[in-house]
Amino acid sequence: MEIPYTISTRPDTGLWNAKVGIWLFLASEVMLFGGLFSAYIFLRIDAAPGMWPHGLLNVPVGTMNTAILILSSVTVVLAWASLKMRRYRAYWWYMLATILCGVIFLTVKLAYEWPQKFEHFGAYIKPEALGKYEKYLGNERRTEKGLEPRIEITGHLHSQNAKEYEVALDPVNAEPDNPAMDRPHFFPLPVTDKIATIEKEDVERATMFLPTHSAYFASYFTITGLHGMHVLGGVLVFIYMWLPVSKRLYQRNPEHLANRVEVSGLFWHFVDLIWIFVFPLFYLL
Amino acid sequence: MNNPPDISQDPKEYEEYAHGVQKHVRAYLMVGALLLTFTAITVALSYVDFGTRKANIGIAMLVATLKAGAVALVFMHLAAEKRLIYRILIFTGFFVLGLFWLILLAWYDYPIFK
Repeated sequence: MEIPYTISTRPDTGLWNAKVGIWLFLASEVMLFGGLFSAYIFLRIDAAPGMWPHGLLNVPVGTMNTAILILSSVTVVLAWASLKMRRYRAYWWYMLATILCGVIFLTVKLAYEWPQKFEHFGAYIKPEALGKYEKYLGNERRTEKGLEPRIEITGHLHSQNAKEYEVALDPVNAEPDNPAMDRPHFFPLPVTDKIATIEKEDVERATMFLPTHSAYFASYFTITGLHGMHVLGGVLVFIYMWLPVSKRLYQRNPEHLANRVEVSGLFWHFVDLIWIFVFPLFYLL
Repeated sequence: MNNPPDISQDPKEYEEYAHGVQKHVRAYLMVGALLLTFTAITVALSYVDFGTRKANIGIAMLVATLKAGAVALVFMHLAAEKRLIYRILIFTGFFVLGLFWLILLAWYDYPIFK
């Protein structure tokens, strides 16, 4: 059975069917991500002072990944334009570039950014014990300057026993009164060799930077995870369209392949569009 | 911007057609460069203190909306699409705005926001 209107337009819609299909799918995707973004806004407004962390993500790496995704949006639209001009060789190269961009994006996220977070440790101090750790928090100065209080000590978990944690401190806790630590840095500062001992009875909760750490990381991992799954889906579809099986379709009917690339390209641009909002919301603000 | 027209089998017409698509390609490259520039601007602006965090968020979201608009209009060809696609998107916009409106309702309903 032949699928109707894969190339020719349907008289009542004025469009070939897959195009209507992909836009309806993208409409549902807007609602899916819209729900998650509204949850993000809700959680962020709800966060008590000091409970929404800033500057924990690697901004240069995030910027690079944003650039890679934008670049892939350009290459996929060039791949489609090449098919429209019946230049298969150029299409093949542009599609390969798109696939590589997607793979690099995912590799950076899964093999570098996320594991780095899993190795990082944070301990939220109980309100009544904050004074005891003032030398790591610098809240007297922050209160004077009208800044949000620091209630968490972060770094690498050096060791722990039944009673206490030993943490190699992040610079923000190693030099809490340094004005340079009031704002996040573009290049992440390495963990210092200054060790702090934190008694477990003074800790409200302590965890690695996992979804359980905070509403911030819960929404970060949920949204970037779902976005990453979309990138993976797009890459798999593009691989199929890059393989010889699609060349056979091109030889049979080049416009059919061009239309397939157009709808998968529309999905890819949408994934790029979501990242355009994810990047500033989680990395910069 | 319109989509490139359908291809012609006539060599001379094809030449004109290919030339037309090339124009679109130039537009795609320019928008790509613009998006990369705006990404750098977004990062740079996040290190500028606009007084309150709300102001910084507002400015960053404005730049992000401009970037998303460029992607939608040029890469996704929304600058010139068929009416049905716009109809689908109007419905989507209505429902997604409704979704965000629920947050506003909660703002008045939920004591912790006050």
